[in-house]
Amino acid sequence: MSATMLETRGLTRRFGGLVAVNEVDFDVRENEIHAILGPNGAGKSTLINLLSGEFPPSEGEIRFQDRPIQGRKAQQIARMGIGRSHQKTNVFPRLTCLQNCQLAARIHLGGVLGSWRSRQRARAVDERALQALETCQLVYRAYTPAAAMSYGEQRQLQIAMVLATEPTLMLLDEPMAGMGREETAQVTELLKGLADTYTLVLIEHDMDSVFRLANRITVMVDGCVLETGPTAQIRASEKVRDVYLGRHQEEVHA
Amino acid sequence: MLHTYPKRVVVIMLVLTAIVAIFPLWGPAVFGAQSDFMMEKMTLMLILALFAMSLDLLVGIVGLVSLGHALFFGLGAYTLALASPAFSPAAIWWMAPLVMLVAALAALVVGFLVIRTRGIFFIMTTLAFGQMLYYFVSTSRHTGGTDGVFIMFRPSVEVGGAVLLDLDNPLTFFYVCLAMVVVGYLFLRWLTRSFFGQVLDGIHDNEHRMEALGYATGHYKLVAFVISGVMASLAGMLAAMQYGFANPSQLGWHTSGEVLMMLILGGMGTVFGPILGAFAYEILQHTFEHLTTHWPILMGITIILAVLILPRGIAGLIIDPPSRASLAKSSPLRWLKPGRAAPASEAVKPAAPAPREG
Repeated sequence: MSATMLETRGLTRRFGGLVAVNEVDFDVRENEIHAILGPNGAGKSTLINLLSGEFPPSEGEIRFQDRPIQGRKAQQIARMGIGRSHQKTNVFPRLTCLQNCQLAARIHLGGVLGSWRSRQRARAVDERALQALETCQLVYRAYTPAAAMSYGEQRQLQIAMVLATEPTLMLLDEPMAGMGREETAQVTELLKGLADTYTLVLIEHDMDSVFRLANRITVMVDGCVLETGPTAQIRASEKVRDVYLGRHQEEVHA
Repeated sequence: MLHTYPKRVVVIMLVLTAIVAIFPLWGPAVFGAQSDFMMEKMTLMLILALFAMSLDLLVGIVGLVSLGHALFFGLGAYTLALASPAFSPAAIWWMAPLVMLVAALAALVVGFLVIRTRGIFFIMTTLAFGQMLYYFVSTSRHTGGTDGVFIMFRPSVEVGGAVLLDLDNPLTFFYVCLAMVVVGYLFLRWLTRSFFGQVLDGIHDNEHRMEALGYATGHYKLVAFVISGVMASLAGMLAAMQYGFANPSQLGWHTSGEVLMMLILGGMGTVFGPILGAFAYEILQHTFEHLTTHWPILMGITIILAVLILPRGIAGLIIDPPSRASLAKSSPLRWLKPGRAAPASEAVKPAAPAPREG
């Protein structure tokens, strides 16, 4: 079994009286695709936000590569190697596709000063940005302003931006949200390809993609972890079926 | 792409620069005896253009609306006035760096505190700091109270005893200001298109995302704040030389508001827009002042109309000139000529909606 990359112990986040994430023990192993499932309001996005430092946990501990990271700022956590994408499309609309990726790559390659000081560094940024676009099959859009691209392409650009930061761990919040069937299949393939090199944590509603992609799945309900385990175990679990899959299947059959 | 403009922008700016630069040739013919006065006015417009440009870095590029930018303008003026010896000119070689240093330090301190706030709170905190200095200089004995401080001698530009530029000569000073605007413009153009500028664009569009990528956005904003403050202080120093005094009104919120209006009139975030805005604002004010004593009313109406008709300022008009079809559709024209505009807009229509029906 591969080593644990990230783990949380008793992770809790309260918003006023609402407990969005409640005593969550969660761990991600190296080079796995770990999907988080759960009905709306289960606390999936909050969990991702806690992991990426968007806001601090109320209680509990997060360890990344054996270092505690709870309470650190988002920018610090990003620079430690946790890259994330947001649920809402979150690209820089006025910048071109390539510039979006350059921006993402630059901060992890010495920042603005690094690029100013050494031409080699600046070139490395360009290379990495282009590579990220290539992986996401967006090279032909390199010089198109992000605002001029289709929704699906913008979502893909978002993944490319996370890639350009060359993270150790990628947190993707519904990367396929709002995509068409064809685009979803395309992104699923893309993510599958990434799994060789990266560790992924994925929130996704699309069941087919989740079961095809994930090695392990954590199911959350009302801020708590209902069950966590290999994909096959979750697929077969009675508990999960009752709470989530059952509902989902009813919808499908209805 | 962002910060790349059509060629006509360069052409128009070069032509305008040339027209301003050869003012001494055509000025006397057009304005006659008033020519010298006009040149002083023009010098002032150039100084304000530099001031407006510096604010554009904050407001237009980074997206931080400051209502206290005159703080640095006035600080430049007062630093020059207070540091100048009473009976001899100061050397520009240490005066300019001193002004920049004082402004940079002030911008660091003020920026460190205000950069944490956003939106309306940023406006209010910058306003507060501006007014703090305003009340300090207008009540302190050391700064001459509401009278301000007079500057007896403009700084000298000498190397080894040889006078390079005589700043007391209005013509020389005019060209120095023109050169400062050109240099300031080129600097800002370079900055906005550099890697640093890219980060500022990112912060402007989505600061949150920049943090998620790993950028310590506060640092970048602070650097922009300091650069902007230093540029404004240089404009303030030139203004103090031009007027011959430093006055509290130079750092009050009135001045901050005026320069903000120049920015809006000219077009935010374009760097060349604020230059046009400064000239347009001053020319408008000059014209209205001669028409009526109630000129602020006219000025206000003009600004409101300008914002309504040209939401992206004069610069937007140049970057993206309206086509005939869009002009015919625009509400002010339809309102003015209801009979003629209607068929024009209908003539345009059939081309667009046709595929939608099929």
